[in-house]
Amino acid sequence: MTQIPKESVQHSMNMPQLAAEHSLHRMGARPSLWSYLQQVWRRRDFTFTLARYRMQSENERNRLGMLWVLLRPILSALVYGLVFGIILAGARPENFVPFLIIGVFFLEFFNTSMNGGAKSIISNSSLVQSLPFPRMVLPIATVLQNLLNFLPTLLLMFVLTMMWGARPNWGWLLFIPLIFLFYLFNQGVALIFARLTVHVRDLSQFIPFISRMIFYTSGVFFDPRTVLEPYPTLMQIYDWHPLHEVLSIARGILLDEYTIPWDYWWKLALWAVVILVVGIVFFWKAEERYGREN
Amino acid sequence: MGERTEQAQTGQPVVICDNVHVHFKTLATGKRVKPSVASGLLQRGREMRTIHALKGVSFVARANESIGIIGTNGSGKSTLMRTLTGLTPPSQGAVYAKSRPNLLGVGAALIPDLSGGNNIILGGLAMGMDREEIEEQYDEIVEFTGLKDFIDMPMRTYSSGMSARLKFAIATAKQHEILIVDEALSVGDRDFQKKSERRIREIRERAGTVFLVSHSMRSIRDTCNRTIWIEKGDLRADGETDDVVKEYENYR
Repeated sequence: MTQIPKESVQHSMNMPQLAAEHSLHRMGARPSLWSYLQQVWRRRDFTFTLARYRMQSENERNRLGMLWVLLRPILSALVYGLVFGIILAGARPENFVPFLIIGVFFLEFFNTSMNGGAKSIISNSSLVQSLPFPRMVLPIATVLQNLLNFLPTLLLMFVLTMMWGARPNWGWLLFIPLIFLFYLFNQGVALIFARLTVHVRDLSQFIPFISRMIFYTSGVFFDPRTVLEPYPTLMQIYDWHPLHEVLSIARGILLDEYTIPWDYWWKLALWAVVILVVGIVFFWKAEERYGREN
Repeated sequence: MGERTEQAQTGQPVVICDNVHVHFKTLATGKRVKPSVASGLLQRGREMRTIHALKGVSFVARANESIGIIGTNGSGKSTLMRTLTGLTPPSQGAVYAKSRPNLLGVGAALIPDLSGGNNIILGGLAMGMDREEIEEQYDEIVEFTGLKDFIDMPMRTYSSGMSARLKFAIATAKQHEILIVDEALSVGDRDFQKKSERRIREIRERAGTVFLVSHSMRSIRDTCNRTIWIEKGDLRADGETDDVVKEYENYR
């Protein structure tokens, strides 16, 4: 057997020292949160291009292409509208069609973000194992891609609600802060699930149930507050449901029959900031582990 | 060995591998066949298996060294290289490096439904180039692939040789200080193989330190002044290429 060169044997006792002497960095070490976020920012062009190209390629595979971005939520609104419109009959909320459309369209953005976030690391494992870049790029690109899909449906939503009597006014500008907060919230959720599924693979099987739970509790096709009316304490707790807050604000802005619950604004803002910060820290804490567990 | 050691001592350490262990955890799929034991429903539970891929590897690589990495299949060469880049974190021990060693490879970042041209941009960005750099080199990359007429077609329509050429051209567009070359990269027909060998040589000359992973002892002998032999996760030998390769060939 060939001798291991003497010098490296000598150094093997104090290699960290040797590394420090020649100012070498430890590979795969998790950078501090601040410099990590700077790295993520430096990769913004990659993040955005990835989101745009993925959206393009996903939609171009079908003959109708980008049209599917609009068709998908319309079709699901149609199904829910038919089913629950008949079941609820007299108990339908006022101005049912736009009520439902707003609910379905907004929920779509949340669901795709949660699902996409959950898959963003585990379904890109070959990419994670072959190229170095801050892994947070992947869940961010996913949510960005969903936002890009969401924006045209938003325009469609405006058109459809106008067909049911809504008239544009300056109040509609409130959609800008609403979408912003909603986006931050979804990003936080995506980051949390991106890491969770790495540790607990089976969670990805469980996610459809979580999204169904959120779908039925957030009041897409009925107003849960009318159900909860006899229970004031429950109602107070329910007022913290983040998706219900988003839907209520959106309906308040667009539809004359509904008013914007102003306390929902700060509750939603609190949700968005807390979930985003928790998501960022939680995701970053496992940065060096994303390549290993597979 | 004297000459190399002397040279090595003058060169600055650029990569230090300090007692690196790597464990992989996988859910073991498929049951081991045990005919004597009745297989009941209760035994279906899948256990976590731990694979000890690297068992304490240490070495110091210095500036301007060309280091060959050899070993039989599954000996841990690729794991070691991924650990050097920081892609696979060591479970014990550490790797220190002057700058991040780069693996020559970009395939996983590309999207088959996109055109070759869009993939050049995406792949370049994924490797950490900025847009101007990519645009500057775009024509050169296209020229090198020899796919000018197909560059606007989706990559999924390419033959495997064509997409391999595209991947190679993108991967080699970037400047590297510490470079890891997996020889399996040289692909395509004979013309392209020659072209890519030349390209790898150029990159190797430009890069400060090169690790070459190869099963071809000829190319190891041609290009490496030092060779490391990994076997079953252990560092079997580290030294003069001639000595290590001779020993490896006897072992095989």
